[in-house]
Amino acid sequence: MGFFWTILVLIVLLGITWRYLGAYMAAVFEGRVQFLAWVERPFYRLLGTGEEHEQTWKRYAGSLVVFSAVSLAIGYLLLRIQGSLFLNPQHLGAVPPALSFNTVVSFVTNTNWQNYGGETTMSYFSQIGVLTVQQFVSASVGIAVAITLVRGFSRRNSPTIGNFWVDITRCLLYILLPIAFLAGILIVGQGAVQTLAGPVTIHDPLNGVTQTIPRGPAGFMGAIMQLGTNGGGFFNADLAHPFENPTALTNFLYIWLTLSIPFALTYTFGKMVKSVRHGMALAGVMVIIFGCWVTITAYSEHQGNPAVVAAGVTQTNTGNTEGKEVRFGDTTSALFNTSMTQTSDGAVDSATDSYNPMGGFGALTGMMLGEVTPGGVGSGLYTLLIYAIIAVFIGGLMIGRTPEYLGKKIQAREVKLAGLGALVMPLIVLVFTAIAVSVHSGRAGPLNAGPHGFSEILYALTSQGNNNGSAMAGLSGNSAFYNVVGGIDMLLGRFAIMIPALGLAGALAAKNVVPASLGTFRTDNSMFVGMTIGVVLIIGGLTFFPAVSLGPIVEQLSHGRFF
Amino acid sequence: MTRIDANPLDGGHEGPGAPTVARGVAQPRSLFDREVLGRALIDSFKKLIPTTQIRNPVMFVVLVGTAVTLIEAIARPNLFAWSVTIWLFLTVIFANFAEAMAEGRGKAQAETLRRMRAETEARRLVPDGTEERVPASDLAKGDLVVCEANDVIPSDGEVIEGIASVDESAITGESAPVIRESGGDRSAVTGGTKVLSDRIVVRITAERGRTFLDRMIALVEGANRQKTPNEIALTILLAVLTIVFIPVVVTLEAFGHYSGASVSVVVLISLLVCLIPTTIGALLSAIGIAGMDRLVQRNVLAMSGRAVEAAGDVQTLLLDKTGTITLGNRMASSFFPVEGLDEVDLAEAAQLASLADETPEGRSIAVLAKNRFDLREREIGADHTFIPFSANTRMSGLDIDGRRIRKGASEAVKRWAVEQGGTVPADLDPIVERLARGGSTPLVVADGPRVLGVIELKDVVKQGIRDKFEEMRQMGIRTVMVTGDNPLTAAAIAQEAGVDDFLAEATPETKMDLIRREQEGGKLVAMTGDGTNDAPALAQADVGVAMNTGTTAAKEAGNMVDLDSNPTKLIDVVEIGKQLLITRGSLTTFSIANDVAKYFAIIPVAFEATYPQLKALNIMHLHSQTSAVMSAVIYNALVIVALIPLALRGVRFRAAGAAAILRRNVWIYGIGGIVVPFVFIKVIDLVLVALHLY
Repeated sequence: MGFFWTILVLIVLLGITWRYLGAYMAAVFEGRVQFLAWVERPFYRLLGTGEEHEQTWKRYAGSLVVFSAVSLAIGYLLLRIQGSLFLNPQHLGAVPPALSFNTVVSFVTNTNWQNYGGETTMSYFSQIGVLTVQQFVSASVGIAVAITLVRGFSRRNSPTIGNFWVDITRCLLYILLPIAFLAGILIVGQGAVQTLAGPVTIHDPLNGVTQTIPRGPAGFMGAIMQLGTNGGGFFNADLAHPFENPTALTNFLYIWLTLSIPFALTYTFGKMVKSVRHGMALAGVMVIIFGCWVTITAYSEHQGNPAVVAAGVTQTNTGNTEGKEVRFGDTTSALFNTSMTQTSDGAVDSATDSYNPMGGFGALTGMMLGEVTPGGVGSGLYTLLIYAIIAVFIGGLMIGRTPEYLGKKIQAREVKLAGLGALVMPLIVLVFTAIAVSVHSGRAGPLNAGPHGFSEILYALTSQGNNNGSAMAGLSGNSAFYNVVGGIDMLLGRFAIMIPALGLAGALAAKNVVPASLGTFRTDNSMFVGMTIGVVLIIGGLTFFPAVSLGPIVEQLSHGRFF
Repeated sequence: MTRIDANPLDGGHEGPGAPTVARGVAQPRSLFDREVLGRALIDSFKKLIPTTQIRNPVMFVVLVGTAVTLIEAIARPNLFAWSVTIWLFLTVIFANFAEAMAEGRGKAQAETLRRMRAETEARRLVPDGTEERVPASDLAKGDLVVCEANDVIPSDGEVIEGIASVDESAITGESAPVIRESGGDRSAVTGGTKVLSDRIVVRITAERGRTFLDRMIALVEGANRQKTPNEIALTILLAVLTIVFIPVVVTLEAFGHYSGASVSVVVLISLLVCLIPTTIGALLSAIGIAGMDRLVQRNVLAMSGRAVEAAGDVQTLLLDKTGTITLGNRMASSFFPVEGLDEVDLAEAAQLASLADETPEGRSIAVLAKNRFDLREREIGADHTFIPFSANTRMSGLDIDGRRIRKGASEAVKRWAVEQGGTVPADLDPIVERLARGGSTPLVVADGPRVLGVIELKDVVKQGIRDKFEEMRQMGIRTVMVTGDNPLTAAAIAQEAGVDDFLAEATPETKMDLIRREQEGGKLVAMTGDGTNDAPALAQADVGVAMNTGTTAAKEAGNMVDLDSNPTKLIDVVEIGKQLLITRGSLTTFSIANDVAKYFAIIPVAFEATYPQLKALNIMHLHSQTSAVMSAVIYNALVIVALIPLALRGVRFRAAGAAAILRRNVWIYGIGGIVVPFVFIKVIDLVLVALHLY
């Protein structure tokens, strides 16, 4: 029953943020929220830009690339010299080059794949000044790109799609900072650790043991890591650590925070294109697929572990408890896991490696669907729109018209860009996985043999290619090979989709709007929802079916046999 | 300038796919004509040349795959490798065959036309007034030629002198001759047609090799066929779907290796070919060519595939009232006598007034009087004078037995009656006004000073046109009636015909403005036209269908020419355009949906040696690895052949709203596309096993 109520309350709360946060974000990006204009203005003056300096999609993309490149360079530098910087009570030395590369790419691309243990590798300064800062800005960049694509639909005959600097500044000032601040207070109020005082050492004279307990500014980092679908926690154990995820309430809050912006952006979309129904249709696609995956994963985790069953132990009503916090339980952990793998967040409060095969299948395939249900902040919406454009193209043809989406004709250029955007992710994930299983340094990674070992490699590169950051564990990722390959995987998975998305925004914004008629392919009804779901499932399914067959599916069909 | 045969009821609407009456260029050919079939078979092999084949990227990948399996089959000969190679090769051949079939019909038609163009001699006028005989191919633009009875007109031109009846059946298939005369909108003649009587002088308007016939030949042959915008977009999507499956299959080799399972190259290539969208890739260009061909079958020549595609997108149809919506000639429909007079007296006078009037209106008055009151037409003796209609008097009539009967425009007849010393009855004006407001033309009849009453002439709306407009509305297409009538009359007819809007008192300028306005709103506009003053609007419209009877200027401005000169056909053109896109979309969906079953056929058996557990996914219970892979490959090849007729004919199109069409096609081609291959792959597997092949 508890699980039922969790779901119900979650639905209600998400409904509220969908409606009101969505409308608020539309107001922010339409320039109607101005109460911090006095903070914005000096920024713009410094950069020599402003709202009135509209950019073409190429200039917008240029600004984005420059900004991200500078973020990468500064981040890398700071991690390399962290030993000489302040806020380093543990006197941690420089982060090694390959790991620094992987880590900074990971945070700039909103992935938060962690090949390091936070409390043993990163100084407080690195955690705050590099990682947390990127958790804010990379989320802003993602949202900004989604908004340009929305503008592509809402504008007509426009050569420009907005101003990058204004978009990310407003996103930070009006959306991410205030919400993360409030959520942070709540999380710390629940008992999460928030201090710069360094670890404490406890001596237990009775047992003669001395223990060092790491502490740090974990509470507020937890807020933005979830709100911005980053997922990289302060501690190595991420949100399974009671210092960052102290209670059932914070666990629930983390789920809500993660899902709130990606879902609400569909309302923002509807509001900005002046048809909330269109936003509802996209939300419908997200809810249906998300619901199915929660069901698969929760059902699977509610079953006993087949390996335990095979060993002759009878399990009744316990579910698969290996690798799960008892305070969260099997189904809620599954809900948490699904929420994090389908939002490109990637935080964990349980060990995915210990999931039943179909539970692991749920987490893995959730990412393989391209992180669109609801996906990462911004990236979920723009990637889903890419899939929707393909659905509209095929559907539109089937009714005998050059396809249109919101009155914008979908022609060769749009199909090319959407095709490119949809092509990148399967391509890099499959190719990098193939490289990893073929070279010695790649094969050295997984701790398990057979299909589970394959699953571990596939999972890692799927997670990074989709900018998720969820780790299955069981893979020694902190090797030069995985740091570098993973870093490239993340960069391509982020920017090789963002740039076509911006190109699409530019192409669409330049078009005139064809008025809708009875002969128009409706893009706000259940048929459209069905077709878009079809495209998402078919593209993901057809590209990954063979790979998944050799991993989780074989495991499932082996009924607990080890390899 | 009348078209002799012009029966406006002719050329009634038939939906695309309905049996067409073959005429003119549209030679009667069944879909699988033996001659066409034979040539298509040869062409399918000619198209194998890599430089040609690469134009179809999907099939090119199959061809490369075939080469790889061939090498494998030669290096390690076995039945399986050879069978796969042969079937993959057949897949390419089938695709080429589909395209060759679609082209074949056009080529056969082009040959017929070429025979027609065969050396004609022209009688060129030399400046000194004499004639010289030159081959038609030597004629240049601006030359003057003389044509007399039984001469074939050597090239396209304009009649600058004389009048003649011309047999245009060679082009239009219409056997009844038409009149061509100098001046006006009926002066254009087409090379290859034949003068039946009289003598005309024609000024050649076509450049050498650029005549209508030349263009027609190039068109049906598909000589300059270019991919249409939509075809390009779809080709890109198919390329994406091909590119994405190459790494899927290539990486599978690595994954298999890691898992300790080695998958043979032949199986991998088979999997690749089964996954890439070969079905639609094979049929895509055939669908486009067949779409153009369907228009030709209906005697419409589209100057580009782009125009055909645009037709499917049209949202506004501009239709001329006369000849398209109405029959075009006004007919008497009732008599309205003024107070104190019998209808029969009015009818009798009206009939008398029309006795010598040979215009269709005049004839219809006599006929109405006869039908209503059984009034026989009187023999006219010698003692009468016929007063013909003139633009000045605006009335006509008859002086007979001392009676002076007149009929004509209300104001003119009223003035005439007053001049004769009569008065205008008080109830006349209300009747006239009421009729005018109703869209009819009132003709007032007077017998000397006595005004008798009014004849109502109605422009009769074509039967069934209202239902047609309703269908258009369901498809989301707005119909606009264009007429020179005043707004009152236009509104009444518009209402009767059921069009969505009308443009009254239309001039070429207002028509042009309307098109521009619609286009600025993002809509695509289609229209028909025939006059020289229609040319700018025809050029501006996204789909401009020029009537073959029209002027050269009109024909050059439009992007389609209707050889039957039947403006109602615009509606067919729209439907054919839609059908073309629907066929593409449906087969794309079908092609992608098919992949699901092919995966379930191949993946479980590909790794059966290493992971026998995967057999649980072999839900079709296919016999063995080889039989499963073969079944999928054979299905993949045969489905192309099976769908050729569908690609050439187009999927069934019914006018309906977008939602209904989509639902239907998703069910048939989407859901059907998932289910059908499961059944057929299983059947093929059973057959292969029964034949003890694998």
